[in-house]
Amino acid sequence: MSVLVYIESENGKFKKASYESASYAKGVADQLGTSVTAITINADDHESLSKYGVNKVLQVKNDQLSKFNADAYADVISQAAKSEDAKVVVLGQTANDKYVAPIIAVNLEAGYASNVVALPESFSPFTVKRNAFTNKAFNFTSINSEIKVLGIAKNAYGLKENETTATIEEFSPSLEASDFSVHVASVDKATDKVTIADAEIVVSAGRGLKGPENWDMIENLATTLGAATACSKPVSDMGWRPHGEHVGQTGKPVAANLYIAIGISGAIQHLAGINASKYKVVINNDPEAPFFKAADYGIVGDAFEIVPQLNEKLKEFKANNA
Amino acid sequence: MKILVCISHVPDTTSKINFTEGDTKFDTNGVQFVINPNDEFGLTRAMWFKEKQGASVDVVNVGEADTEPTLRKALAIGADNAIRVNTPAKDGFQVAKELAKVAQDGGYDLIIAGRESIDYNGGMVPGMLAKLMKANFVNTCVSLEVEGDKATAIREIDGGKETLTTELPLVIGGQKGLVEESDLKIPNMRGIMMARKKPLNVVEPLGADEKTSANKFEKPAPKGEVKLIDKDNLDELINLLHNEAKAI
Repeated sequence: MSVLVYIESENGKFKKASYESASYAKGVADQLGTSVTAITINADDHESLSKYGVNKVLQVKNDQLSKFNADAYADVISQAAKSEDAKVVVLGQTANDKYVAPIIAVNLEAGYASNVVALPESFSPFTVKRNAFTNKAFNFTSINSEIKVLGIAKNAYGLKENETTATIEEFSPSLEASDFSVHVASVDKATDKVTIADAEIVVSAGRGLKGPENWDMIENLATTLGAATACSKPVSDMGWRPHGEHVGQTGKPVAANLYIAIGISGAIQHLAGINASKYKVVINNDPEAPFFKAADYGIVGDAFEIVPQLNEKLKEFKANNA
Repeated sequence: MKILVCISHVPDTTSKINFTEGDTKFDTNGVQFVINPNDEFGLTRAMWFKEKQGASVDVVNVGEADTEPTLRKALAIGADNAIRVNTPAKDGFQVAKELAKVAQDGGYDLIIAGRESIDYNGGMVPGMLAKLMKANFVNTCVSLEVEGDKATAIREIDGGKETLTTELPLVIGGQKGLVEESDLKIPNMRGIMMARKKPLNVVEPLGADEKTSANKFEKPAPKGEVKLIDKDNLDELINLLHNEAKAI
């Protein structure tokens, strides 16, 4: 018996979210008095997993799996869980994790809890704390099946270093033609931009910017900070920015370390979507804007004056602290 | 094409979230329930298929009689028939099993569900449903075209989009993008009158077991007071972000 963690990779490299999943798996394994097995698909750099408490790596190298495919990946992870007799299967909450986890749960006849923010509260019954109501509340969910599938929220449990030496084994899953009935025709992904999902810092702007032509200063600030750009719902509805940047209850959730809201009033749906971020800064000319009640730091004033100045000062700061 | 749209009955996005009975139950007092927004984008796309390509559109909910006004709203938007599986929705697995039975019995070609409900945010029903009925599945779907039994879908990935091709029967986990916000239909009086006469069939459940239970709720700790920084003292903000938040 062990705790199985799926370690997602992109172009062979692991993401921070995967190390968070590994850290969490180690936390559960310690409480259960067992070890952590990681499953990876077409990845390298397995030594780095030892740092986060992984005892054994099952590595799958298979050309059929060179592109993400939910059914096939779910089968690989489910087969690894069976082969390891895992009772707990841990994933992150990336777009791909959210795609495969429910399929794994059906394969393993397992209960699934998503958006998990802390180690299990109890093991009998097996109970975890998770985000619900789009971060407006937490919910304690008990899982009564023999196998449990957990999706760990980003930036919640965090990274915990735990030096081990991981053994590496080849794992050969058996795949069927039915695993490949959804085909990837093309992928459209900006490789030079930080994504909202991966970002430590998100710079977001709203209607206060008055028009799409004014986004240069937002892009510049984001570049200085190595941040992703995002926007409020009205801005994406009006077509000023792409839908993929819309954050909030019906858009993307943000669980960044720092969220900077510029010219965003702070509607309840917006605040819900970004609430899981650690620190929030608001820049708005209306001191009554609801965002000031949700923020850690606030500046009342004209974004068109403040943002360029802040960008210059941050460049200077970065140059001095490089 | 036979389309089934799965409808969750959820609190309106502006609802204040409170709990009762020792934080074990969601407080529905004063809360308005609506069609889950992610489902509504899918329902509107289904109506597009009906108008442009010819399709029948049924809607289904797993829940007790209090969810019927939400199903009636879906009928008023233009769905042909509504089905209510007469059992409380306990968890994603149980709901998916009940929906799989309805979907298989009805011989649907396309099943549209929202990527997640905005109350429990489980995000599991579409994927479980697809696997249970051995249908193809596309999650976080932001665009869908169907021609004959071939489907082309675009899904949102972290930092971009992916175009997928597959065949019916297909389940999608839908969201905004399937149609624009401005395409959402507010039911008109005629639609509301017609909806009263459309069939709303109550079917008995399989009695599927749940594998999880939501026992207890907790509200986040209240936020401390915002620290206001003078707009002429931006160095102070940088100092706080660096030394206090350690975010830069």
